[in-house]
Amino acid sequence: MVNRRQAYEAHQRRRSLSIAGVSTALVLVAMILLVPLAPGWQAVKASFFDAAVFAETFPTLLQAFMIDVMIFAWSVPLILGLGLAIALARGARAPALFPLRIFGAVYVDVFRGVPVILTIYLIGFGIPGLGLPRPWNSPYIWGTVALVLTYSAYVAEVLRSGIESVHASQRNAAICLGLSERDTMRYVVLPQAIRRVVPANMNMLVALQKDVALLSFIGPVEILRQAGIYKSLLANFTPYLVAAVIFLMVTVPATRYADYLLNRDRNARS
Amino acid sequence: MHKVLAISIIASMIAVGGAQAQSCHEGKTISAGKLTIATGNPAYYPWVLDDAPESGQGFEAAVAYALAGKMGFMQGDVIWTRTSFDQAIQPGAKDFDLNMQQFSITEQRDKVVDFSLPYYTAPMAVLVRGADGLTADMATLKRLKWGVVATTTALPVVMEKIAPESPPLIYDDNVNVVEAMKAGQIDAALFDLPTALYLGAVVLEGGQVLGQFTADETKNPDHFGALMTEGNPLKECVDAALTEMKADGSLAAIEAQWLQEATGVPLIQ
Repeated sequence: MVNRRQAYEAHQRRRSLSIAGVSTALVLVAMILLVPLAPGWQAVKASFFDAAVFAETFPTLLQAFMIDVMIFAWSVPLILGLGLAIALARGARAPALFPLRIFGAVYVDVFRGVPVILTIYLIGFGIPGLGLPRPWNSPYIWGTVALVLTYSAYVAEVLRSGIESVHASQRNAAICLGLSERDTMRYVVLPQAIRRVVPANMNMLVALQKDVALLSFIGPVEILRQAGIYKSLLANFTPYLVAAVIFLMVTVPATRYADYLLNRDRNARS
Repeated sequence: MHKVLAISIIASMIAVGGAQAQSCHEGKTISAGKLTIATGNPAYYPWVLDDAPESGQGFEAAVAYALAGKMGFMQGDVIWTRTSFDQAIQPGAKDFDLNMQQFSITEQRDKVVDFSLPYYTAPMAVLVRGADGLTADMATLKRLKWGVVATTTALPVVMEKIAPESPPLIYDDNVNVVEAMKAGQIDAALFDLPTALYLGAVVLEGGQVLGQFTADETKNPDHFGALMTEGNPLKECVDAALTEMKADGSLAAIEAQWLQEATGVPLIQ
């Protein structure tokens, strides 16, 4: 049996749903009708939405995307490890370890402050230029190093905010139990801190997945570069659209998952 | 001073007017009586000297002025602008009449833009750093690690003709290829001969041109053409001027002046 209040709320819900539906439909219809009216639409359509080119380039681009996934896969553990080390260095409290804190602060400032592409160029061409023998001068190695350096700076900041968000009472309780400084960090603070920043770190990983494509600037033929090659061969921009679609296939579920974690986190706290 | 200027302007206007009376470009350029030519940013030797095309120094700059002259433009009526490769092939209106930056004429590109007749046919050449122990034959080339610029037709040549044992690395521009060579990440790179000679002599310390493919040996040698928007009415006029330059030997003379037949670059067996 529905009371008056529930009936009213159900009506309100239906009303807002139908308004949302109608307005979305209107926007879509406007786009579908208006965009092709633009004078250059035929040329743009031929350059960006060529179905034949799409079908032709998709398999190769998907293969090239595996290189992005590979670089991403071996970068993630390195980033998380180094990020944690930097976060701990910044949080070191013993006076003797002050140089470590300074180093951590400088590191984070530098690598967060320099655009990723510059770090990739400087490290990807600079360090091999010192005269390392092959295979140690591979762009895959030094490109990965550049990504790890940049992203571990971000992840370190995220982790540090997590560590600082753990309430002081937790530390005090640990001291009362007779835990050492190290054990307090290891068994009490870090487990809570890391769990709290999982959603924020998921966002970092989505950003990393996209930035892997920047390694194409120093040689590796991954999806962005492969799309660029097709672009010059076919004089058509559709391959870029294919690459964008392939990226979305991976990044959309990942972002959705990060949002889900964030919401779950928020609901658990409220 | 003003008087002199005024007289010279009037004189040039009369001259231009005279030329335009029987010229083929009337009303076909983006600004009346002017020819707007785009080149790369930056533009390199030997195509353009000192990144200053308005000096007419360098092969493409010299061809541009000779072409404009044949089409009936005065030297002062040539306006230079700069575009990237992508800006030139994207759809839509363009802010140039002609674009000259070593565009290879290809069938697919021809569907999107128009090309003039070729003003240069470039053989491909192999740039290496320190040619000790390297010979100009296919067996050697297959063993090398290759680097290529993404937007050139060198890539298909490397993939199909040379077919190296390990996949090539790919870069955005010549400078990055040279940088990778300095870093020892690649052994060899494929450029058109003039570019290879310049990079080997000026940019890459210890760089050498190992060998060249003949222009007619490759199934489709690189023809450089001036790029125009699709269906540009100016094409007829440009092609007529180029045909005339080929017939009277002036194009060959410019080529000899700026792209001297390189000596000592062997043919690849």
